[in-house]
Amino acid sequence: MNETAPIETGFYTEDMTISVGPQHPSTHGVLRFVVKTDGEVISEAIPDVGYLHRSIEKIGEKVTYHGYVPYTDRADYLAAMFANQAFCMAAEKLAGTEVTRRGEFCRVIACELNRIASHLISVGTFGQDIGAMTPFVHALRERETINNLMEEICGARLTYNYIRIGGVGYDIFTETCNRIIEFLDHFGPIVDEFNRLLSGNKIFIERLAGVAVVSKEEAFSYNLVGPNLRGSGIKWDIRRDIPYSIYPELDFDVPIGTAQVGTLGDSFDRYWVRIREMQESVKILRQCLKMMPKGPAIAKVPKKFRPPAGECYARVEAPRGDMGFYVVSDGSEYPYRVRIRTGSYTAMSIIDKLSKGIMVADLIALIGSLDVDAPEIDR
Amino acid sequence: MDAKEIYAALEKQFPGKVRDFKGEVLEPYLTADDDSIIEVCRFLRDGAGLNFEVLSDLTALDWPKEEKIQVVYHLFSYSRNHQIVIKVDLPRDNPRVSTVESVWKVANWFEREVFDLFGVIFEGHSDLRRIMLPEDWTGHPLRKDYVEQEEYDGISTQRAPLVEKLLR
Repeated sequence: MNETAPIETGFYTEDMTISVGPQHPSTHGVLRFVVKTDGEVISEAIPDVGYLHRSIEKIGEKVTYHGYVPYTDRADYLAAMFANQAFCMAAEKLAGTEVTRRGEFCRVIACELNRIASHLISVGTFGQDIGAMTPFVHALRERETINNLMEEICGARLTYNYIRIGGVGYDIFTETCNRIIEFLDHFGPIVDEFNRLLSGNKIFIERLAGVAVVSKEEAFSYNLVGPNLRGSGIKWDIRRDIPYSIYPELDFDVPIGTAQVGTLGDSFDRYWVRIREMQESVKILRQCLKMMPKGPAIAKVPKKFRPPAGECYARVEAPRGDMGFYVVSDGSEYPYRVRIRTGSYTAMSIIDKLSKGIMVADLIALIGSLDVDAPEIDR
Repeated sequence: MDAKEIYAALEKQFPGKVRDFKGEVLEPYLTADDDSIIEVCRFLRDGAGLNFEVLSDLTALDWPKEEKIQVVYHLFSYSRNHQIVIKVDLPRDNPRVSTVESVWKVANWFEREVFDLFGVIFEGHSDLRRIMLPEDWTGHPLRKDYVEQEEYDGISTQRAPLVEKLLR
């Protein structure tokens, strides 16, 4: 502990070092901060990650391309579909495999449902971090319906292993499509209810407005992605700007931070972007279900999948932003190297910088608003 | 700009420092000298018409046959919507390269990860510690010739295969 100079009154202030986590309710997985505080004010919060390192990248060098898809699920358990898709896109690009048209639709439907589920967890737990217990339960109730739909689509509720190289594992049946529409009809008003309950709440807004502001330059320099980047007012979405799959045919908006209650790029802006993204996902889902063509859900892909030597980098817009798979092939059955670049990793690296001079309670708001996810950081 | 024009601009600015441009592959890349990487990166960020605001990814590749480790920089420009991949070849027995932390702050964590898993030393880095593995771990797992240590702090890292146990 560092003692600072005694003040004239005879009182001392002492720096305190506190360990927050790894088992702390607001740490979203297993991560730890070493926080140095002067009373309520943080002078430094050093993130300590790696508790969930499962060497997913090394495993990639030991299994075949087809066999690696289930492992990608584990990179981010809240949005497993996107890791599936990014890896499959990379493998397809390397081998020049075409995805069937119905397969693309199934992918987008599954992904957008997954995005809603992931954002629900994000905004729900965020409310809980701030001290609002009820909205969390409401959010999880809706997510439960999505989990049921996912189970119907692919047989799994969390780690899907649904998207395969060349398409998807199973076709989506008409009955399931109808149930998805039923859910969407029900979910639209729920978002409004959620806004009445949480987003418009005076206490909630005052806890977030103007807290932990990320400027545009910082967002670039720290390479924030996804809702965190858009919260700082940068209109950038991979679905729109580096189009992949069938996104160019779909009509949707890219919500950005608008400084509604505080400063541009504050915690509330990041939160508000996620809420509006859920509504955009609903829009996308409705269009997809309407446009879905008939045909096979997966292309004919050889069991012994050997892409020619080369390398490629595939990006998708995951709920936590730009998820990139850098896959290097040496022409054999096994990838030479798989690198997973995730949004939470870079979001985590900015916390050290943003935490200087904020209150302890605001640190929790900051972590929640960046929506960091420990397994995605550690991989 | 497409990758070819980016390479031409770099070649003009840094004659002899950049080479081996491959434009006919999925991700066009070029190789830069290890001693000029900071200048190359800064030029790519600030140069007219280049505007690479972000370092999308920084990783490495281990090539034991060629006796080299490649550090790979994926750069992206939001304002121009173009990208380029830069590679730096380093000797495998003593891989050292300057940090690009001064250009993009995110390099701090990316480089820590590459240091941890590949053992590349980033000179001038402000906080070069292991990030994924414990401080006292030996070896760099993503190297191709990595052999896992048998035990860590008295805990075995090996486990008998479950199938064998069943068959017995």
